[in-house]
Amino acid sequence: MGKNLYQKVWNDHVVGQLDSGQYQLFIALHLIHEVTSPQAFGMLKDKGLKVRYPARTFATVDHIIPTDNQARPLQDEMAEKMIQVLSDATAEAGIEFFPPQSGSQGIVHVVGPELGLTQPGMTICCGDSHTSTHGAFGCIALGIGTSQVRDVLASQTLAMDPLKVRRIRVEGKLRVGVTAKDVVLHIIRTLGVNGGVGYAYEYAGSAIAAMTMEERMTVCNMSIEGGARCGYINPDATTFEFLRGKERVPVGAEFDKAVEKWQSYASDEDATFDDEVVLNAADIEPTVTWGITPGQAISINESTPDPDQVEGLERNLVNDALDYMQLQANSPIKGTHIDVAFIGSCTNGRLSDFQAVANVIAGHKVAPNVKAIAVPGSEKVDKAARELGLDKIFESAGFEWRMPGCSMCLAMNPDKLVGDEVCASSSNRNFIGRQGSSTGRTILMSPIMVAAAAIKGQVADAREVFGLVETTAG
Amino acid sequence: MTGTRISKISGKGVYVKGNDIDTDRIIPARFLKCVTFDELGPALFYDVRFDSDGSSLNHPLDAPQHAGAEILISDANFGCGSSREHAPQAIQKFGLKAVIAESFAEIFHGNCTTLGIPCVVMDKQDRARLAELIAADPEAELIIDIADLKVICANNIFAITMKSSAREALLSANYDPLDTLMRSFDKIDQTAQRLGYA
Repeated sequence: MGKNLYQKVWNDHVVGQLDSGQYQLFIALHLIHEVTSPQAFGMLKDKGLKVRYPARTFATVDHIIPTDNQARPLQDEMAEKMIQVLSDATAEAGIEFFPPQSGSQGIVHVVGPELGLTQPGMTICCGDSHTSTHGAFGCIALGIGTSQVRDVLASQTLAMDPLKVRRIRVEGKLRVGVTAKDVVLHIIRTLGVNGGVGYAYEYAGSAIAAMTMEERMTVCNMSIEGGARCGYINPDATTFEFLRGKERVPVGAEFDKAVEKWQSYASDEDATFDDEVVLNAADIEPTVTWGITPGQAISINESTPDPDQVEGLERNLVNDALDYMQLQANSPIKGTHIDVAFIGSCTNGRLSDFQAVANVIAGHKVAPNVKAIAVPGSEKVDKAARELGLDKIFESAGFEWRMPGCSMCLAMNPDKLVGDEVCASSSNRNFIGRQGSSTGRTILMSPIMVAAAAIKGQVADAREVFGLVETTAG
Repeated sequence: MTGTRISKISGKGVYVKGNDIDTDRIIPARFLKCVTFDELGPALFYDVRFDSDGSSLNHPLDAPQHAGAEILISDANFGCGSSREHAPQAIQKFGLKAVIAESFAEIFHGNCTTLGIPCVVMDKQDRARLAELIAADPEAELIIDIADLKVICANNIFAITMKSSAREALLSANYDPLDTLMRSFDKIDQTAQRLGYA
């Protein structure tokens, strides 16, 4: 009987079963950052424990770093302290650390893949829920809490229950102007924000297979928002070509051997799944959130929901969300005024995200009342973008081109909303208060949709704004 | 590190209504700028308890009749969002010892278990009844019986379920797995060798 990738990677990494019934799982790659690791290092120190496998942990700074001025010491004393704690702890343990201006710093889920640290068949952990991003390479990639960061540092393992696996096949071809971000928003909208609880998601089908690695990372990134514990895509030629030549990937004959091993992790033809869902790619439209969870999303030409169409607590939730977002029920989402536009984050902060926007915004200008920022996901993304002149294209259009970091995704650095500002954002969460103001409002969408909103000063259809049409050429 | 066996939790209850209460709401991100968990208690649910000048928004957690409540009751998908352990840490440091909900987000659930906070599943109707009992008498004692999988309040008995590995861990005092994980260094090293990481 064939196995799926989750089963293969799990079986390879199980150390044994524990008395609780959980399994002890070896973690091949551990990524850490400055928010969820300080207390873990503190816990190790309290117990007199050392880091067991320092060569399997890599560190960077992303959440608290400013994106306009990274001169040290940082103005925010606690932020400076957190970087210092991480710097000291990694130096003491012999863990490789990529600090700002090292050439390799960035959002942890951008850094791992671009260095070639993330490889098919690995179990990967990080104290951040969007660790699911790395599943794009055919990995079991899990977000963990600080005590588990401690467990991995001390033992290179953690205790886990096995998951069920749901295969989500997206079949057919995406229409023009429809991106990987729209695919995953559509999946979450369809299956719900807790649809995936107890599951790993395998994303498959012709539309997924046609995606680049960066697009696959966008899809896997938001697995968590769908309630799944993790999400992955089977490794294939696209994966191997992406990895070829990356800094930490073997070369020559070693590379060929690695490719054979990586290929073997892909789900077998006769693999079985606990559940399967099939979606038609052609049904997917540019999708935006209207409410206060990532599942409260509609396509650009739809209207906000009618509370009277739902019962009980559901109706309260729809009303509460509409009230918070200051939106009318049953009204087109297109035309919603925006104040801020943010392109970046671990979801959509990679080179191809900025390239896609640069391809369409030349000649357009950000609306006068809109503050628009573009934040490259890493120093490498920044460098590559500048070499292509993308930063100049963004700046000419009226965007600020910033330095790498998590930025406005989550309010731990100076990039925050003020008051009840509305932000068109390429990030992954629209919960109340997420972007730094307890009355701030977030509308999630793809990078080109953010660009369209920035130009129009309101939520807009990027296909109309940029004249994107289906071509019939074969 | 083994803790003490957790088989019963008793205390007053407080109902915080709403599905999909996420970890940003439980502990806003700005409070994650810290290097210990020590100061998190007062910041629990901060932005829905206090407005921007610090005045109370009359959240259930601050209602005088719920002062000293130790059991939090909520709805579906509680704790969704980020993996931040700061969320259950804030809940624990505030003084809450257990959460009863319709369902829990997975990473949050795992973090709670490690800290010895039981995540108890109770269905919609029973929670509604429990909320009524608490509203009628906020001083009523709730008893969560993890061994027998029931909650008792004012002579009402409610059936509950729990994730079996979490329940096992709490009853056997092994909810913090670090010591257990560290007992198998031979097997860990063998696995590392086999995978090529030694």
